[in-house]
Amino acid sequence: MLDIRSLSKIYPNGTHALQDFSLSIGKGELVAVIGGSGCGKSTLLRLLSGLEAPTLGEISLEGRLLTEPDSLVNIVFQEPRLFPWLTVADNIGFGLRHLASSERDEQVSAALEKIGLRGHEKRWIKELSGGQAQRVALARALVTKPAVLLLDEPFSALDAMTRVELQDHLIDLWRVNATTMLLVTHDIEEAAFLADRVVVMRPWPGRILEVVDIGLPRQRNRMSDELAEVKRRLSDLLAHSLNDGSRTASA
Amino acid sequence: MPPPSKILYTVYALAASGDLATHVGATLRRVAIGFAFGSLAGTALGALTGYSKPLARLLDPTLQALRAIPSIAWVPLFILWFGIFEASKVALIAVGVFFPVYLGVYGAVVGVDRRIVEVGRVFRLSGFELIRLILLPAVLPDFILALRAGLGLGWMFVVAAEFMGASEGLGYLLVDGQQLGKPDQILAAILIFAVVGKATDSLLLIVSAPFLRWRDTHASGI
Repeated sequence: MLDIRSLSKIYPNGTHALQDFSLSIGKGELVAVIGGSGCGKSTLLRLLSGLEAPTLGEISLEGRLLTEPDSLVNIVFQEPRLFPWLTVADNIGFGLRHLASSERDEQVSAALEKIGLRGHEKRWIKELSGGQAQRVALARALVTKPAVLLLDEPFSALDAMTRVELQDHLIDLWRVNATTMLLVTHDIEEAAFLADRVVVMRPWPGRILEVVDIGLPRQRNRMSDELAEVKRRLSDLLAHSLNDGSRTASA
Repeated sequence: MPPPSKILYTVYALAASGDLATHVGATLRRVAIGFAFGSLAGTALGALTGYSKPLARLLDPTLQALRAIPSIAWVPLFILWFGIFEASKVALIAVGVFFPVYLGVYGAVVGVDRRIVEVGRVFRLSGFELIRLILLPAVLPDFILALRAGLGLGWMFVVAAEFMGASEGLGYLLVDGQQLGKPDQILAAILIFAVVGKATDSLLLIVSAPFLRWRDTHASGI
Protein backbone atom coordinates (compact mmCIF):
# COMPACT_ATOMS: atom_id res chain seq x y z
CA MET A 1 0.00 0.00 0.00
CA LEU A 2 1.17 3.51 -0.85
CA ASP A 3 0.33 5.77 2.05
CA ILE A 4 0.50 9.53 1.62
CA ARG A 5 0.01 11.50 4.81
CA SER A 6 -0.56 15.26 5.05
CA LEU A 7 1.84 16.08 2.23
CA SER A 8 2.58 19.77 1.78
CA LYS A 9 5.05 21.55 -0.44
CA ILE A 10 6.01 25.19 -0.30
CA TYR A 11 8.72 26.14 -2.77
CA PRO A 12 11.52 28.50 -1.76
CA ASN A 13 9.92 31.26 -3.84
CA GLY A 14 6.85 31.04 -1.60
CA THR A 15 4.56 29.14 -3.97
CA HIS A 16 2.30 26.93 -1.94
CA ALA A 17 1.99 24.08 -4.44
CA LEU A 18 0.42 21.38 -2.34
CA GLN A 19 -1.40 21.46 0.98
CA ASP A 20 -2.28 18.63 3.31
CA PHE A 21 -2.63 15.91 0.70
CA SER A 22 -3.53 12.53 2.21
CA LEU A 23 -4.41 9.42 0.27
CA SER A 24 -3.99 5.67 0.64
CA ILE A 25 -3.61 3.74 -2.58
CA GLY A 26 -4.10 -0.01 -2.46
CA LYS A 27 -1.69 -2.43 -4.10
CA GLY A 28 -2.48 -2.69 -7.79
CA GLU A 29 -4.91 0.20 -7.74
CA LEU A 30 -5.02 2.74 -10.57
CA VAL A 31 -5.73 6.22 -9.27
CA ALA A 32 -6.01 9.29 -11.46
CA VAL A 33 -5.45 12.85 -10.27
CA ILE A 34 -7.13 15.62 -12.22
CA GLY A 35 -7.24 19.35 -11.81
CA GLY A 36 -6.46 22.59 -13.55
CA SER A 37 -3.09 24.27 -13.56
CA GLY A 38 -1.69 25.30 -10.20
CA CYS A 39 -3.37 22.51 -8.30
CA GLY A 40 -0.14 20.72 -7.44
CA LYS A 41 -0.57 17.63 -9.61
CA SER A 42 2.97 17.62 -10.93
CA THR A 43 4.36 18.60 -7.53
CA LEU A 44 2.63 15.57 -6.04
CA LEU A 45 4.43 13.26 -8.47
CA ARG A 46 7.76 14.99 -7.94
CA LEU A 47 7.40 14.41 -4.20
CA LEU A 48 6.35 10.78 -4.68
CA SER A 49 9.24 10.09 -7.05
CA GLY A 50 11.70 11.57 -4.56
CA LEU A 51 12.83 14.31 -6.95
CA GLU A 52 11.69 16.88 -4.38
CA ALA A 53 11.38 16.69 -0.62
CA PRO A 54 8.06 17.61 0.98
CA THR A 55 7.86 20.60 3.31
CA LEU A 56 5.56 18.60 5.59
CA GLY A 57 4.08 15.14 5.65
CA GLU A 58 5.40 11.74 4.69
CA ILE A 59 5.09 8.99 2.13
CA SER A 60 5.36 5.31 2.91
CA LEU A 61 5.30 2.25 0.72
CA GLU A 62 4.39 -1.03 2.43
CA GLY A 63 5.23 0.59 5.76
CA ARG A 64 8.63 1.87 4.59
CA LEU A 65 9.20 5.63 4.55
CA LEU A 66 10.20 7.06 1.16
CA THR A 67 12.53 10.02 1.36
CA GLU A 68 14.50 9.78 -1.89
CA PRO A 69 14.16 8.09 -5.30
CA ASP A 70 13.34 4.44 -4.67
CA SER A 71 13.93 1.35 -6.77
CA LEU A 72 10.27 0.38 -6.34
CA VAL A 73 8.94 3.68 -7.65
CA ASN A 74 9.35 4.80 -11.23
CA ILE A 75 7.89 7.60 -13.28
CA VAL A 76 6.92 8.37 -16.86
CA PHE A 77 6.88 12.04 -17.77
CA GLN A 78 4.91 14.05 -20.27
CA GLU A 79 7.91 14.00 -22.58
CA PRO A 80 9.52 10.59 -23.15
CA ARG A 81 12.86 11.84 -21.73
CA LEU A 82 14.70 9.00 -23.43
CA PHE A 83 18.47 9.04 -23.78
CA PRO A 84 19.08 9.97 -27.42
CA TRP A 85 22.63 8.55 -27.35
CA LEU A 86 21.35 5.06 -26.56
CA THR A 87 19.46 2.70 -28.84
CA VAL A 88 15.89 1.68 -28.08
CA ALA A 89 17.09 -1.55 -26.46
CA ASP A 90 19.71 0.20 -24.32
CA ASN A 91 17.16 2.78 -23.21
CA ILE A 92 14.79 0.06 -22.03
CA GLY A 93 17.63 -1.83 -20.38
CA PHE A 94 18.91 1.28 -18.59
CA GLY A 95 17.47 0.25 -15.23
CA LEU A 96 18.84 -3.28 -15.64
CA ARG A 97 22.52 -2.40 -15.95
CA HIS A 98 23.40 -4.53 -12.93
CA LEU A 99 22.10 -7.71 -14.62
CA ALA A 100 24.19 -10.07 -16.73
CA SER A 101 23.87 -9.07 -20.38
CA SER A 102 22.11 -12.28 -21.44
CA GLU A 103 19.44 -11.83 -18.78
CA ARG A 104 19.12 -8.15 -19.60
CA ASP A 105 18.72 -8.84 -23.32
CA GLU A 106 16.02 -11.38 -22.52
CA GLN A 107 14.03 -8.94 -20.40
CA VAL A 108 14.50 -6.13 -22.89
CA SER A 109 13.23 -8.20 -25.79
CA ALA A 110 10.28 -9.37 -23.71
CA ALA A 111 9.50 -5.73 -22.96
CA LEU A 112 9.85 -4.77 -26.63
CA GLU A 113 7.48 -7.56 -27.54
CA LYS A 114 4.98 -6.29 -24.97
CA ILE A 115 5.01 -2.75 -26.31
CA GLY A 116 4.78 -3.95 -29.88
CA LEU A 117 8.18 -2.66 -30.97
CA ARG A 118 9.97 -5.91 -31.69
CA GLY A 119 12.64 -5.42 -34.32
CA HIS A 120 13.26 -1.83 -33.20
CA GLU A 121 16.08 -2.78 -30.79
CA LYS A 122 18.84 -1.09 -32.72
CA ARG A 123 16.91 2.04 -33.64
CA TRP A 124 17.97 5.47 -32.44
CA ILE A 125 15.47 7.52 -30.48
CA LYS A 126 15.36 10.16 -33.23
CA GLU A 127 13.87 7.54 -35.54
CA LEU A 128 10.81 6.93 -33.34
CA SER A 129 7.41 8.59 -33.58
CA GLY A 130 6.01 10.35 -30.52
CA GLY A 131 3.81 7.37 -29.64
CA GLN A 132 6.64 4.89 -30.08
CA ALA A 133 8.95 7.00 -27.92
CA GLN A 134 6.37 7.14 -25.13
CA ARG A 135 5.96 3.36 -25.34
CA VAL A 136 9.70 2.97 -24.93
CA ALA A 137 9.56 5.31 -21.93
CA LEU A 138 6.80 3.13 -20.43
CA ALA A 139 8.85 0.01 -21.05
CA ARG A 140 11.98 1.60 -19.53
CA ALA A 141 10.03 2.35 -16.36
CA LEU A 142 8.17 -0.97 -16.16
CA VAL A 143 11.07 -3.28 -16.95
CA THR A 144 12.51 -2.63 -13.47
CA LYS A 145 9.25 -4.03 -12.05
CA PRO A 146 8.35 -1.06 -9.86
CA ALA A 147 5.62 -1.50 -7.25
CA VAL A 148 4.42 2.00 -8.02
CA LEU A 149 4.38 3.69 -11.42
CA LEU A 150 3.79 7.43 -11.51
CA LEU A 151 2.52 8.90 -14.77
CA ASP A 152 2.73 12.66 -15.30
CA GLU A 153 0.34 13.47 -18.15
CA PRO A 154 2.08 10.80 -20.21
CA PHE A 155 -0.19 10.98 -23.24
CA SER A 156 -1.03 14.67 -23.36
CA ALA A 157 1.44 15.46 -26.12
CA LEU A 158 0.14 12.72 -28.43
CA ASP A 159 -2.50 12.91 -31.11
CA ALA A 160 -5.99 11.62 -30.22
CA MET A 161 -5.69 8.26 -31.94
CA THR A 162 -2.28 7.45 -30.53
CA ARG A 163 -3.49 8.52 -27.12
CA VAL A 164 -6.44 6.11 -27.18
CA GLU A 165 -4.13 3.34 -28.35
CA LEU A 166 -1.66 4.00 -25.56
CA GLN A 167 -4.40 4.21 -22.93
CA ASP A 168 -5.57 0.73 -23.94
CA HIS A 169 -2.00 -0.37 -23.89
CA LEU A 170 -1.46 1.04 -20.40
CA ILE A 171 -4.47 -0.95 -19.15
CA ASP A 172 -2.98 -4.12 -20.62
CA LEU A 173 0.37 -3.48 -18.95
CA TRP A 174 -1.34 -2.64 -15.68
CA ARG A 175 -3.31 -5.92 -15.75
CA VAL A 176 -0.26 -8.03 -16.48
CA ASN A 177 2.06 -6.40 -13.94
CA ALA A 178 -0.43 -5.53 -11.18
CA THR A 179 1.52 -2.31 -10.67
CA THR A 180 0.04 0.40 -8.50
CA MET A 181 -0.40 3.39 -10.77
CA LEU A 182 -0.91 7.04 -10.06
CA LEU A 183 -1.84 8.95 -13.19
CA VAL A 184 -1.85 12.72 -13.31
CA THR A 185 -3.88 14.05 -16.20
CA HIS A 186 -5.99 16.99 -17.28
CA ASP A 187 -8.05 14.77 -19.55
CA ILE A 188 -11.36 13.88 -17.87
CA GLU A 189 -12.08 11.06 -20.29
CA GLU A 190 -8.67 9.54 -19.66
CA ALA A 191 -9.23 9.64 -15.90
CA ALA A 192 -12.74 8.17 -16.11
CA PHE A 193 -11.76 5.47 -18.58
CA LEU A 194 -8.59 4.29 -16.83
CA ALA A 195 -8.92 4.83 -13.11
CA ASP A 196 -10.44 2.96 -10.19
CA ARG A 197 -10.61 6.23 -8.29
CA VAL A 198 -10.20 9.82 -9.39
CA VAL A 199 -8.82 12.50 -7.12
CA VAL A 200 -10.14 15.92 -8.10
CA MET A 201 -7.83 18.73 -7.01
CA ARG A 202 -8.46 22.42 -6.44
CA PRO A 203 -5.80 25.06 -6.94
CA TRP A 204 -3.92 27.73 -4.94
CA PRO A 205 -2.82 25.95 -2.87
CA GLY A 206 -3.27 22.57 -4.45
CA ARG A 207 -5.41 20.29 -2.30
CA ILE A 208 -7.99 17.56 -2.65
CA LEU A 209 -11.51 18.66 -3.52
CA GLU A 210 -13.03 15.20 -3.71
CA VAL A 211 -12.11 11.58 -4.32
CA VAL A 212 -14.51 9.89 -6.73
CA ASP A 213 -14.97 6.12 -6.90
CA ILE A 214 -15.50 5.26 -10.54
CA GLY A 215 -17.15 1.94 -9.74
CA LEU A 216 -17.32 0.77 -13.33
CA PRO A 217 -16.25 -2.73 -14.33
CA ARG A 218 -13.06 -3.18 -16.33
CA GLN A 219 -13.37 -3.64 -20.09
CA ARG A 220 -14.95 -0.21 -20.13
CA ASN A 221 -16.67 1.11 -23.17
CA ARG A 222 -15.60 4.63 -24.08
CA MET A 223 -19.05 5.32 -25.54
CA SER A 224 -21.18 3.92 -22.70
CA ASP A 225 -23.73 6.05 -20.85
CA GLU A 226 -22.21 5.08 -17.52
CA LEU A 227 -18.84 6.49 -18.54
CA ALA A 228 -20.53 9.61 -19.86
CA GLU A 229 -22.22 10.01 -16.49
CA VAL A 230 -18.89 9.69 -14.66
CA LYS A 231 -17.32 12.20 -17.03
CA ARG A 232 -20.14 14.66 -16.40
CA ARG A 233 -19.69 14.29 -12.66
CA LEU A 234 -15.94 14.85 -12.88
CA SER A 235 -16.46 17.76 -15.19
CA ASP A 236 -18.87 19.41 -12.74
CA LEU A 237 -16.43 18.90 -9.89
CA LEU A 238 -13.60 20.35 -11.93
CA ALA A 239 -15.65 23.40 -12.85
CA HIS A 240 -16.56 23.81 -9.20
CA SER A 241 -12.92 23.53 -8.17
CA LEU A 242 -11.91 26.29 -10.56
CA ASN A 243 -14.76 28.63 -9.58
CA ASP A 244 -14.04 28.24 -5.91
CA GLY A 245 -14.85 31.56 -4.22
CA SER A 246 -12.02 31.20 -1.72
CA ARG A 247 -9.49 31.57 -4.50
CA THR A 248 -7.85 34.93 -4.79
CA ALA A 249 -5.52 34.51 -7.72
CA SER A 250 -6.80 35.76 -11.04
CA ALA A 251 -6.12 33.84 -14.18
CA MET B 1 60.66 34.45 -50.95
CA PRO B 2 61.43 31.01 -52.29
CA PRO B 3 59.20 29.75 -55.11
CA PRO B 4 56.74 26.91 -54.35
CA SER B 5 58.91 24.49 -56.31
CA LYS B 6 61.83 25.15 -53.97
CA ILE B 7 59.64 24.73 -50.88
CA LEU B 8 58.28 21.43 -52.19
CA TYR B 9 61.79 20.32 -53.04
CA THR B 10 62.90 21.12 -49.51
CA VAL B 11 60.04 18.99 -48.17
CA TYR B 12 61.10 16.23 -50.54
CA ALA B 13 64.73 16.49 -49.50
CA LEU B 14 63.81 16.37 -45.83
CA ALA B 15 61.65 13.31 -46.48
CA ALA B 16 64.32 11.59 -48.52
CA SER B 17 67.00 12.07 -45.88
CA GLY B 18 64.70 10.69 -43.18
CA ASP B 19 64.88 13.97 -41.24
CA LEU B 20 61.24 14.70 -41.96
CA ALA B 21 60.07 11.57 -40.16
CA THR B 22 62.29 12.41 -37.18
CA HIS B 23 61.03 16.00 -36.90
CA VAL B 24 57.37 15.23 -37.51
CA GLY B 25 57.60 12.25 -35.17
CA ALA B 26 59.12 14.33 -32.38
CA THR B 27 56.54 17.07 -32.72
CA LEU B 28 53.64 14.63 -33.02
CA ARG B 29 54.78 12.76 -29.93
CA ARG B 30 54.92 15.98 -27.90
CA VAL B 31 51.50 17.09 -29.08
CA ALA B 32 50.04 13.65 -28.43
CA ILE B 33 51.35 13.37 -24.88
CA GLY B 34 50.52 16.98 -24.04
CA PHE B 35 47.08 16.60 -25.57
CA ALA B 36 46.45 13.41 -23.59
CA PHE B 37 47.35 15.04 -20.26
CA GLY B 38 45.65 18.35 -21.00
CA SER B 39 42.42 16.89 -22.32
CA LEU B 40 42.17 14.32 -19.53
CA ALA B 41 42.60 16.98 -16.86
CA GLY B 42 40.29 19.38 -18.69
CA THR B 43 37.59 16.73 -19.03
CA ALA B 44 37.83 15.59 -15.42
CA LEU B 45 37.78 19.09 -13.94
CA GLY B 46 35.16 20.33 -16.40
CA ALA B 47 32.88 17.41 -15.57
CA LEU B 48 33.34 17.90 -11.82
CA THR B 49 32.74 21.64 -11.82
CA GLY B 50 29.81 21.20 -14.19
CA TYR B 51 28.31 18.53 -11.98
CA SER B 52 28.81 20.16 -8.60
CA LYS B 53 28.04 23.79 -7.86
CA PRO B 54 30.20 23.90 -4.71
CA LEU B 55 33.15 22.53 -6.68
CA ALA B 56 32.53 25.08 -9.42
CA ARG B 57 32.53 27.86 -6.85
CA LEU B 58 35.71 26.49 -5.35
CA LEU B 59 37.72 25.81 -8.51
CA ASP B 60 36.34 27.79 -11.42
CA PRO B 61 37.47 31.29 -10.38
CA THR B 62 41.01 30.02 -9.84
CA LEU B 63 41.05 28.20 -13.15
CA GLN B 64 39.70 31.27 -14.96
CA ALA B 65 42.46 33.35 -13.38
CA LEU B 66 45.06 30.83 -14.49
CA ARG B 67 43.54 30.93 -17.95
CA ALA B 68 44.06 34.68 -18.07
CA ILE B 69 47.83 34.21 -17.71
CA PRO B 70 49.56 34.31 -21.10
CA SER B 71 50.70 30.73 -21.38
CA ILE B 72 54.19 31.65 -22.52
CA ALA B 73 54.65 33.17 -19.07
CA TRP B 74 54.82 29.63 -17.72
CA VAL B 75 57.87 28.78 -19.80
CA PRO B 76 60.59 29.92 -17.37
CA LEU B 77 58.86 28.18 -14.48
CA PHE B 78 58.39 24.95 -16.39
CA ILE B 79 62.05 24.95 -17.39
CA LEU B 80 63.03 25.42 -13.74
CA TRP B 81 60.69 22.66 -12.64
CA PHE B 82 60.91 20.14 -15.43
CA GLY B 83 64.25 20.89 -17.07
CA ILE B 84 64.88 21.87 -20.65
CA PHE B 85 64.01 18.51 -22.20
CA GLU B 86 60.71 16.82 -23.00
CA ALA B 87 58.83 17.25 -19.71
CA SER B 88 58.69 21.04 -19.82
CA LYS B 89 57.57 21.03 -23.46
CA VAL B 90 54.81 18.51 -22.82
CA ALA B 91 53.70 20.49 -19.75
CA LEU B 92 53.37 23.68 -21.78
CA ILE B 93 51.32 21.91 -24.47
CA ALA B 94 49.12 20.30 -21.81
CA VAL B 95 48.40 23.75 -20.34
CA GLY B 96 47.43 24.99 -23.78
CA VAL B 97 45.11 22.04 -24.39
CA PHE B 98 43.62 22.10 -20.91
CA PHE B 99 41.73 25.39 -20.99
CA PRO B 100 39.59 25.04 -24.11
CA VAL B 101 38.71 21.47 -23.09
CA TYR B 102 37.92 22.50 -19.53
CA LEU B 103 35.78 25.46 -20.63
CA GLY B 104 33.96 23.42 -23.26
CA VAL B 105 33.18 20.51 -20.95
CA TYR B 106 32.20 22.73 -18.03
CA GLY B 107 29.89 24.86 -20.16
CA ALA B 108 28.31 21.86 -21.82
CA VAL B 109 27.73 19.89 -18.60
CA VAL B 110 26.12 22.90 -16.93
CA GLY B 111 23.82 23.15 -19.94
CA VAL B 112 22.57 19.54 -19.87
CA ASP B 113 18.76 19.40 -19.80
CA ARG B 114 17.52 19.15 -16.20
CA ARG B 115 14.75 16.81 -17.30
CA ILE B 116 17.10 14.13 -18.52
CA VAL B 117 19.22 14.42 -15.38
CA GLU B 118 16.06 13.81 -13.36
CA VAL B 119 15.63 10.49 -15.12
CA GLY B 120 19.07 9.56 -13.83
CA ARG B 121 18.04 10.53 -10.32
CA VAL B 122 14.88 8.43 -10.58
CA PHE B 123 17.11 5.50 -11.55
CA ARG B 124 19.18 6.31 -8.46
CA LEU B 125 22.51 6.84 -10.18
CA SER B 126 25.45 7.76 -7.99
CA GLY B 127 27.28 11.00 -8.75
CA PHE B 128 29.95 9.20 -10.71
CA GLU B 129 27.39 7.13 -12.65
CA LEU B 130 25.42 10.27 -13.42
CA ILE B 131 28.55 11.85 -14.93
CA ARG B 132 29.55 8.73 -16.84
CA LEU B 133 26.14 7.53 -18.05
CA ILE B 134 24.28 10.78 -18.61
CA LEU B 135 26.29 13.99 -18.40
CA LEU B 136 29.27 12.97 -20.55
CA PRO B 137 27.24 11.21 -23.30
CA ALA B 138 24.84 14.16 -23.37
CA VAL B 139 27.70 16.60 -23.95
CA LEU B 140 29.62 14.38 -26.38
CA PRO B 141 29.05 16.62 -29.44
CA ASP B 142 30.27 19.67 -27.49
CA PHE B 143 33.05 17.58 -26.01
CA ILE B 144 34.38 16.67 -29.47
CA LEU B 145 34.30 20.35 -30.38
CA ALA B 146 36.22 21.19 -27.20
CA LEU B 147 38.80 18.51 -28.01
CA ARG B 148 39.24 19.96 -31.48
CA ALA B 149 39.78 23.43 -30.01
CA GLY B 150 42.23 21.90 -27.53
CA LEU B 151 44.10 20.07 -30.23
CA GLY B 152 44.37 23.28 -32.23
CA LEU B 153 45.96 25.02 -29.27
CA GLY B 154 48.19 21.99 -28.75
CA TRP B 155 49.65 22.61 -32.20
CA MET B 156 50.07 26.26 -31.43
CA PHE B 157 51.89 25.57 -28.18
CA VAL B 158 54.18 22.91 -29.54
CA VAL B 159 55.90 25.62 -31.60
CA ALA B 160 56.39 27.76 -28.53
CA ALA B 161 57.66 24.69 -26.68
CA GLU B 162 60.11 23.84 -29.41
CA PHE B 163 61.34 27.44 -29.55
CA MET B 164 62.38 26.88 -25.93
CA GLY B 165 65.25 24.85 -27.25
CA ALA B 166 64.90 21.60 -29.12
CA SER B 167 67.23 19.58 -31.27
CA GLU B 168 64.42 18.08 -33.31
CA GLY B 169 60.83 18.79 -34.23
CA LEU B 170 59.07 21.10 -36.66
CA GLY B 171 59.61 24.06 -34.34
CA TYR B 172 63.30 23.34 -34.41
CA LEU B 173 63.20 23.46 -38.23
CA LEU B 174 61.71 26.96 -37.96
CA VAL B 175 64.39 28.18 -35.56
CA ASP B 176 67.11 26.48 -37.55
CA GLY B 177 65.81 27.99 -40.78
CA GLN B 178 65.86 31.44 -39.26
CA GLN B 179 69.35 31.15 -37.80
CA LEU B 180 70.89 29.73 -40.95
CA GLY B 181 68.89 31.97 -43.31
CA LYS B 182 66.90 29.21 -45.01
CA PRO B 183 63.43 30.63 -45.74
CA ASP B 184 62.57 27.57 -47.81
CA GLN B 185 63.01 25.40 -44.73
CA ILE B 186 60.80 27.74 -42.67
CA LEU B 187 58.04 27.63 -45.27
CA ALA B 188 58.41 23.89 -45.64
CA ALA B 189 57.95 23.49 -41.89
CA ILE B 190 54.89 25.77 -41.98
CA LEU B 191 53.44 23.73 -44.82
CA ILE B 192 53.99 20.51 -42.89
CA PHE B 193 52.34 22.05 -39.81
CA ALA B 194 49.27 22.80 -41.91
CA VAL B 195 49.10 19.30 -43.34
CA VAL B 196 49.78 17.38 -40.13
CA GLY B 197 47.54 19.67 -38.02
CA LYS B 198 44.65 19.24 -40.41
CA ALA B 199 45.26 15.49 -40.54
CA THR B 200 45.04 15.11 -36.75
CA ASP B 201 41.85 17.19 -36.68
CA SER B 202 40.32 15.01 -39.39
CA LEU B 203 41.40 11.91 -37.50
CA LEU B 204 39.58 13.18 -34.40
CA LEU B 205 36.46 13.76 -36.49
CA ILE B 206 36.61 10.34 -38.11
CA VAL B 207 37.19 8.53 -34.83
CA SER B 208 34.35 10.38 -33.09
CA ALA B 209 31.80 10.12 -35.91
CA PRO B 210 30.48 6.64 -34.97
CA PHE B 211 29.71 7.90 -31.46
CA LEU B 212 27.62 10.79 -32.75
CA ARG B 213 25.27 8.94 -35.07
CA TRP B 214 22.43 9.31 -32.58
CA ARG B 215 22.35 13.05 -33.03
CA ASP B 216 19.20 14.52 -34.53
CA THR B 217 20.56 17.67 -36.12
CA HIS B 218 19.82 19.50 -39.32
CA ALA B 219 23.25 18.52 -40.61
CA SER B 220 23.04 14.83 -39.71
CA GLY B 221 21.44 13.96 -43.02
CA ILE B 222 24.43 15.26 -44.95
